[in-house]
Amino acid sequence: MSKGRFGIHGGQYIPETLMNAVNELEEAYNHYKDDPEFQAELTELLNEYAGRPSRLYYARRMTEDLGGAKIYLKREDLNHTGAHKINNVLGQALLARKMGKTRLIAETGAGQHGVATATAAALFGMECVVFMGEEDTRRQALNVYKMRLLGATVVPVTSGTATLKDACSAAFREWTTRIADTHYCLGSVMGPHPFPTIVRDFQAVISREIKAQMLEKEGRLPDAVLACVGGGSNAIGAFYHFIDDPSVRLIGCEAAGRGVDTPDTAATIATGKLGIFHGMKSYFCQDEFGQIAPVYSISAGLDYPGIGPEHAMLHDTGRAEYVAVTDEEAVNAFEYLSRTEGIIPAIESAHAVAHAVKLAPAMGKDKIIVINISGRGDKDCAAIARYRGEEISE
Amino acid sequence: MSRITDAFSHGKAFIPFLTCGDPDLETTEAAVRAMAAAGADLIELGIPFSDPTAEGPVIQAANQRALASGTTTDKIFEMVRRLRKDVTTPMVFMTYANVVFSYGTERFVSTAAEAGMDGLILPDVPYEEKGEFAPVCRKYGLDFISLIAPTSEGRIAMIAREAEGFLYCVSSLGVTGVRGEITTDVGRMVRLAKEANPDLPCAVGFGVSTPDQAAALAHTADGVIVGSAIVTLAQQYGREAVPHIRDYVADMKAALSRP
Repeated sequence: MSKGRFGIHGGQYIPETLMNAVNELEEAYNHYKDDPEFQAELTELLNEYAGRPSRLYYARRMTEDLGGAKIYLKREDLNHTGAHKINNVLGQALLARKMGKTRLIAETGAGQHGVATATAAALFGMECVVFMGEEDTRRQALNVYKMRLLGATVVPVTSGTATLKDACSAAFREWTTRIADTHYCLGSVMGPHPFPTIVRDFQAVISREIKAQMLEKEGRLPDAVLACVGGGSNAIGAFYHFIDDPSVRLIGCEAAGRGVDTPDTAATIATGKLGIFHGMKSYFCQDEFGQIAPVYSISAGLDYPGIGPEHAMLHDTGRAEYVAVTDEEAVNAFEYLSRTEGIIPAIESAHAVAHAVKLAPAMGKDKIIVINISGRGDKDCAAIARYRGEEISE
Repeated sequence: MSRITDAFSHGKAFIPFLTCGDPDLETTEAAVRAMAAAGADLIELGIPFSDPTAEGPVIQAANQRALASGTTTDKIFEMVRRLRKDVTTPMVFMTYANVVFSYGTERFVSTAAEAGMDGLILPDVPYEEKGEFAPVCRKYGLDFISLIAPTSEGRIAMIAREAEGFLYCVSSLGVTGVRGEITTDVGRMVRLAKEANPDLPCAVGFGVSTPDQAAALAHTADGVIVGSAIVTLAQQYGREAVPHIRDYVADMKAALSRP
């Protein structure tokens, strides 16, 4: 079995043209991950620039309203650029700079990873090109403007379904064209080794903080940690330091779109099967001949036909559970959290909130749930208003 | 000698590529017969994939057209069986790992061999992952074709030593597509490969389109692979593309036979 495996998943299924590039990246990462100077620089950036540690907030009104488990919100939405994506991007941009790269490329779905990458590129004085499905550039026009404002070039991708998977394919294609000065700043725990490991390590700060904050506030571990899953970076970040604590249920919330029994879904664990795509072996939504399915979710950030290989393994071993949440449930949760706690979550994160709303009442008042609020919902307001039949101009 | 190595025994080999089912399998079948008759030494048949990450816009679009016309792996196997009644030119499949894996690697490879295919190229399976595919190919007598790229510095000998059939030398960075000029030192790539495996035929692809380019590359390599230029003819002429493809293949083969 080749490198970078999570059970049977992962690996390096990429063109030969990229092999030396990923090998070089792996070598650099192995060198810098234990380098105290690198870690000190990264911590400084995360704390002083991105605003870490993010808060672990006790959602009193939501807890009282649901009448069951005590609910805490991990406030990744309060990070600079409004989502967890910045954790990974600052790490990779710093690594790229150490490797002598002067140009960052990235894929983006909702635009959060693109904005985070454009931000890091501005901060480090690097060139930045972001690939975004044309369909998503329409759904997330505000983020497109932000990326341009930050100095990045946004390339609308028209091939395939013109969404996240196509943006990702376009970024891989661009990387094969220009490797010497360019780092592909992959936004999720997916792609070929070493990306799933690198991105997970940079996102693991989330669960490291949750654990410490929870021990400080409650003197014990939570009973469940919930996070939304597209590729799965915020979820793996929220799960990672609890994987060896079997009392903590880890629950990933996939986007069911219009329902897992309809073709308009992006729930990979619920509807996909084992495959090889975008550099990795994992579960993918596909037809009987292995053609990747055109997935759908109201959330551009979860609109991806695969899932990171470590999640695929956590599913196989049963260590984590994966549930599917529909558009309607997510939109209800988006509105619910806004009204109950005064916190507008990203529509992606609202998928995790939706499952918590179902789960909490069934759990005792002595139980504790943590929901990872992976991003803030400003970017989604126009789309959700539209979903409710209201046209607003941004 | 496998049928593939045999393809390199009549001077410089010309290796055309077509995406199966673009615009339909009847046209592909006729085009393969025409290419064989026009002097193609080895024919690469692309099985369409929804997300062909190593392809440029021309072949990406061909994949979309082929899938839109209802092309499936099973229908392609049937076409190969029909072709093998009279076509003896060696043929290899070019597709992506998921097409093979999702079909069941052993089931795919055994069916391909039984239908009369000679080899398999998977551009998203590098040396590190070939252990999952190459031994199955060997079991059923298919050559698993390895690729080297301009960025393969330090890896060429390792890859060439274990290569089977022929070595696919990717001439340029990036994805497939026609290029005005090829700046990579292809001669050096081929030399390093031959040092490691002297009997291994080396064919150059990615970016080649004109007879002059092909003739120039033939000085350093054993064969030339052309994809996007032929797929462009398929796109331009649709169901009427066969005579255009035949003439193009004849011109390219003639250019490779220049002294």
